[in-house]
Amino acid sequence: MWEWDVSGFRPDVERSIPALRRYARALTRDGDVADDLVQDTLVRALRSEHLFHGGDVRSWLYTILTNLNRNRLRSLSRRPALMPMDDNDAADMAGPEAGARDIERALATLVEEQRSALLLVVLEGLSYREVAEVQGVPIGTVMSRLARARAQVKAFLDGERPALRRVK
Amino acid sequence: MAERNMPVTDDELHAYVDGELPPDRRATVEAWLASHPEDAARVSSWRAHAELIRVRYGGVNRNPVPVRLDLDRLARAERKWTWLTAAAIVAAFLGGGAAGWFGHDLVEEPAPPAVKSVMTEAIDAHKIYVAEVRHPIEVPADASHLVPWLSRRVGSTLRAPDFGAFGLRLMGGRLLPAQDGKPAAMLMYESASGERYTLYCARSAAPETALHYSVAGPVAAVYWGDGDVGFVVSGPPDRDRLFKIAQSAYEQLDRRIPRGSS
Repeated sequence: MWEWDVSGFRPDVERSIPALRRYARALTRDGDVADDLVQDTLVRALRSEHLFHGGDVRSWLYTILTNLNRNRLRSLSRRPALMPMDDNDAADMAGPEAGARDIERALATLVEEQRSALLLVVLEGLSYREVAEVQGVPIGTVMSRLARARAQVKAFLDGERPALRRVK
Repeated sequence: MAERNMPVTDDELHAYVDGELPPDRRATVEAWLASHPEDAARVSSWRAHAELIRVRYGGVNRNPVPVRLDLDRLARAERKWTWLTAAAIVAAFLGGGAAGWFGHDLVEEPAPPAVKSVMTEAIDAHKIYVAEVRHPIEVPADASHLVPWLSRRVGSTLRAPDFGAFGLRLMGGRLLPAQDGKPAAMLMYESASGERYTLYCARSAAPETALHYSVAGPVAAVYWGDGDVGFVVSGPPDRDRLFKIAQSAYEQLDRRIPRGSS
């Protein structure tokens, strides 16, 4: 049932795993949740291989991961009481220097789709067009998300610190 | 050039930073920045923040990929589940018949006695504790010792699967007496609307590849074996949803396979 053909689908998926982990980690700010997301993404990708008709495997994987994360947040927000049982943030905070900690906090204040757009562009190096495909929105929307994300990060780091919006 | 006089938009400043600017606007934007220090400051702060993000998270993808993300393993688990599901459906057709499998009436699958007894115990426990309003669980989910404790008592490394994708939250768990006086573990999950599912784990002598589905009145259950442990997911008799939840549990529990590798 699972025959890996010559398309190189599977090696392409394999090569994307480190970058997916990086993106998921920055998106969720929790190593365990991030790897859960990556695992679910990979399982989904393996299962849907027959639906993949060429194109960029990496963008497709980012799309799956972004959607899975949106579902995850939706199910969390239905129950505001539900927080991750083991929040790794505390452990992470001890290590990195202040700048890294601040940028992590700044990202935490962004709404999900703005954070996703910013990370896909600056961390993952996707083009605006690719981000538009991943997020399923027009390029103009990606650009306005990016602009709002940058303005918010700047405002946060400049010390304005608007009301914290933890979407987690 | 008329172009020189066209004001530079914010979008262009972002595009400039991200290398998305059409080459013929590049010189214009650079000239603009030279004469607009506030915009130049914003552009340089965006660059600095991007660098902070890359420094903060750039290390993640240089760490070794954990074993549970190994693609070969995931593909094997996927194959195994597909096969198990197929086997269960075939068994249902041969044994209970199509009506039995798809119907919502009381169904008896031709399960071996070892499976049957685990399923019966699981369903009985489900019925008793799901109905409990005040004390459905013994140890709440937020107690960090819940899973290690159940693992130790059952004698197998357990994990509490995350059913967040199904809108289910782990409430907690309890220890139960199972056959031969051995302990079994039960974890309970609840949806926002109060729908409850349980995952039951007990030592089982049933063959590893068995997968069974059974409906007993208002409760349906899916059984599968993994090594010498039998798992039963019980819940409302929505076959598709139950199967999806069971499959998710199967996939997540299969990760505990640092058997020997850790």
